[in-house]
Amino acid sequence: MWTLIQIEVFKIFRKPRTYIAFAAVLAIVLLIQTAIYVDGRKYLEFVMKDISERFDIGGNPVNGYFVCFIILQTLLIHVPLLVALIAADMIAGEANMGTLRLLLTKPVSRTELLFSKFFATSVYVILLLLWIALLALLGSILLFGTDGMMNAKSYEVVLINENDLMWRYLLAFGFAAISLIAVAALGFLLSVFADNSIGPIVATMSIVIVLTILSTMDIPFFQEIKHFFFTSHMIGWKGFFDMKVDADGNALPGTIANSKAILKSAGILVLHIVGFVGIAIGIFNRKDILS
Amino acid sequence: MNKNELLVRVEGLTKQFGTLKAVDDLSFSIHRGDVYGFLGQNGAGKSTTIRILLSLIAPTSGTVELFGYPLKTHRKEVLRKIGAIIERPDHYRYLTAFENLRLFAQMSGCSSKREVLMEKLDLVGLASRAESKVGTYSQGMKQRLGIAIALVQDPELIILDEPTNGLDPQGIADIRNLLLLLSRSLHKTILISSHLLNEVEQVATRMLIIDKGKKMVEGSVDALFYPSEMLVELETDAPEVCFNLLQQSDFANASLNQKGPLIELQIQKQRIPLLTRFLVQNNVGVLGIASKNKLEDYFLKLTSANQHVDPYSN
Repeated sequence: MWTLIQIEVFKIFRKPRTYIAFAAVLAIVLLIQTAIYVDGRKYLEFVMKDISERFDIGGNPVNGYFVCFIILQTLLIHVPLLVALIAADMIAGEANMGTLRLLLTKPVSRTELLFSKFFATSVYVILLLLWIALLALLGSILLFGTDGMMNAKSYEVVLINENDLMWRYLLAFGFAAISLIAVAALGFLLSVFADNSIGPIVATMSIVIVLTILSTMDIPFFQEIKHFFFTSHMIGWKGFFDMKVDADGNALPGTIANSKAILKSAGILVLHIVGFVGIAIGIFNRKDILS
Repeated sequence: MNKNELLVRVEGLTKQFGTLKAVDDLSFSIHRGDVYGFLGQNGAGKSTTIRILLSLIAPTSGTVELFGYPLKTHRKEVLRKIGAIIERPDHYRYLTAFENLRLFAQMSGCSSKREVLMEKLDLVGLASRAESKVGTYSQGMKQRLGIAIALVQDPELIILDEPTNGLDPQGIADIRNLLLLLSRSLHKTILISSHLLNEVEQVATRMLIIDKGKKMVEGSVDALFYPSEMLVELETDAPEVCFNLLQQSDFANASLNQKGPLIELQIQKQRIPLLTRFLVQNNVGVLGIASKNKLEDYFLKLTSANQHVDPYSN
């Protein structure tokens, strides 16, 4: 099994297509960092426009942590689309190339093959996230320095101390990994049905986009059912940047406001991963390989 | 090598796709050391049968046993002993030939040492292009790499589905020579499916002809195409004299026929030396004797292909 996973990882990273996502992330992060570097203060004023009259903002508010938070808000909506490029290609791409039938004439079980492909996809997702972390977090810290971070929400601002931030980012990236692996599992499942990767890539992207749009619409029906969409739980990472408050309304450093909600979202995403991969294996084991 | 050992036993194999019966109650067996030609027109059910043998397709009914084990319950053990090419030779175009080979060697759980793999590439004549990406390979080179991949686990049974598809005459000759090497020098058992009859005729020792998923005939090539009585074509330096001589000799029979400079004659195989001696003694120079027992004629007789109308005939 370990050998199979190594082989699949090797194949992923020898494909030129793999590096599209890494290049896209680099371009987006550099563009956002450059824009904030040039005009960060104005951006901060825009974000804080509703409360800026009541607050006096000092120190270095446009710091690396703040910039990373902005980048993640933008990126983690679009990275699933990049993940779909690889995940939805894992089986359909092999079927299209004709290598799937060659793989299946070797002495490995179909379940082993699918598991190894899924683990390899997960490795790709995690490496992509590490790349994002390297560029967005460490890159921004180097460029903009450090200080406490302001998390501006609709009706409040959460101020988090500098020394209370790094663990939150680590957990946020961990949560993002689960979210993106859920998208990968969806792409993987759709890949089993096709003999060409274009279909499952577009289908995965479409499902993610449609569900995201539906869950952000203020129509009561969609608000009711959005909890069943796995995409609604993908933004759970933001919960790590919200703190509990005491009876006097003071924020409590080192705490998470609603850890149960985060755990619930993570659990739902894990269930989706297990479900998608389980169905993919079930179908693949019964499939006649005709391509 | 035990030539009586049964490597493949197929009984009552049937595969139905919707209303189409691609394979219909097919039974055959392959012994160790056989070069087994699997013949049929396009769509006759050859590829479906081969895919069932490789567990790519599940049969609707029937039994498949390989190396004495039921395929259904011993898939991994059985596949460890089989190397295969199925139709087109497809590889990872973005990897080199060596990387492709190493990858499949690792998957098969066999040695992925450089020298071992280079030996396989050398056998198929690709050692000098081992580090080239497969995307730059010609069709013939891809086919040869496919054979190297099939050989990577040193299989006892090699299954080749249309291995000469899309190859030029040189490529076809290369594959033929490779198959002869594998069967005669390396004593591999080979199942080769093709619709190129003369290619199979040159390498196969036993064969099965199927049509519309059903078995038409199975047996040894010698028994099927080289019976004791055979039709020969004589080329001599004096065709008229020769024809008259034969008409008056005890070689004469109903099949004796002159076709321009050539003479056709049905004759027992062991009497051919007598025939040449007879002609030479009568001052007729023999330029050539060729068998007209062709697989193609036999195949056309057996399959529904003989029902097709030649658009160029009058």
